[in-house]
Amino acid sequence: MSMIWIIVGMAIVTYIPRVLPLTILEGKELPPFLQGVLKNIPYAVLGALIFPGILLIQPENILFGVIGAAAAFLLAAIGADVMLVVLGSIVVLSVYMLIG
Amino acid sequence: MQMSAVAESKAGFKEGLRAGISIAVGYLPVALTFGLLAKTTGLTVIEAVLMSVLVFAGAAQYISLSLIAGGAGAAIIIFNTFIVNIRHFLMSASLNEKMEPETRLKKAVYAFGLTDETFTVIATKEGKSTTGFAFGVMLIAYGSWVINTGIGHLIGASLPSFLQQAMSIALYAMFIGLLVPSAKKDLKVVYLAGLAAALNSLFVLTGLLNTGWAIAAASLLSAVVVEAAGWLRKGAGLL
Repeated sequence: MSMIWIIVGMAIVTYIPRVLPLTILEGKELPPFLQGVLKNIPYAVLGALIFPGILLIQPENILFGVIGAAAAFLLAAIGADVMLVVLGSIVVLSVYMLIG
Repeated sequence: MQMSAVAESKAGFKEGLRAGISIAVGYLPVALTFGLLAKTTGLTVIEAVLMSVLVFAGAAQYISLSLIAGGAGAAIIIFNTFIVNIRHFLMSASLNEKMEPETRLKKAVYAFGLTDETFTVIATKEGKSTTGFAFGVMLIAYGSWVINTGIGHLIGASLPSFLQQAMSIALYAMFIGLLVPSAKKDLKVVYLAGLAAALNSLFVLTGLLNTGWAIAAASLLSAVVVEAAGWLRKGAGLL
């Protein structure tokens, strides 16, 4: 029973930061500088989500992350769509795992 | 002839489902492993799936398992969950600039589905994102998270080792697939991502901040610095 309450507590504190800005700021016009910052956030977040995490997927073997990153950047650079970048990177690393 | 609002929202929803497939693929190994770990930590299948149903936050759920295994109390576990997920505050505020106007009730519903991954897919779409699109992306991601948690617990095994490892690239590859097309079009995107990546690496590798805070701090700092630099240049141009 106590596990259920832990889960409910986790659910509430996870929902709060998700829901507050989206609902409170609805229909509000923020100052232009702040709007600019908020519009920049997604691209900054992408950078932070990729590095250094991708290089540390296998902390004992940096090469694994380097190969995966190289495959993904290469596929994306030649214009592959997101799904193809994902599947292509998985295939490249599968081959590396099987022959490496 | 104009599309009716309902047809438009349906089209957005389907587009969202498609855009969310890469998240569903990326969540597969993570959720399978979560289900398996939850089992070895002593959670029943109901508890494991309930956590994925109600919380839907990968990093926080993994951390809760290690805290439960270590015998931590409920207050500690809940507090840690809040700390790890506070970065979503920033993403929710940013997403608000991207979304079409909508009733607060519907926004309160789809706010539940905000994760690092759904946020990046919805927020980097061209133009405004519709409510239907957000629901589509979130639903397929959520479905994968919940179902694969259950499968991981029930089957008690993950994918073949090579595939499990290879698939751990999936979410990173998705982030790269979202970033590169925008970076090609706009140098500002390169600055934003590059600066945030450098700052986050600094915070994480020096152990200055834990992962959840490092991502939020690095992203906010980068977004402010790049915006300020743009304003300064604009200001200088006017002189």
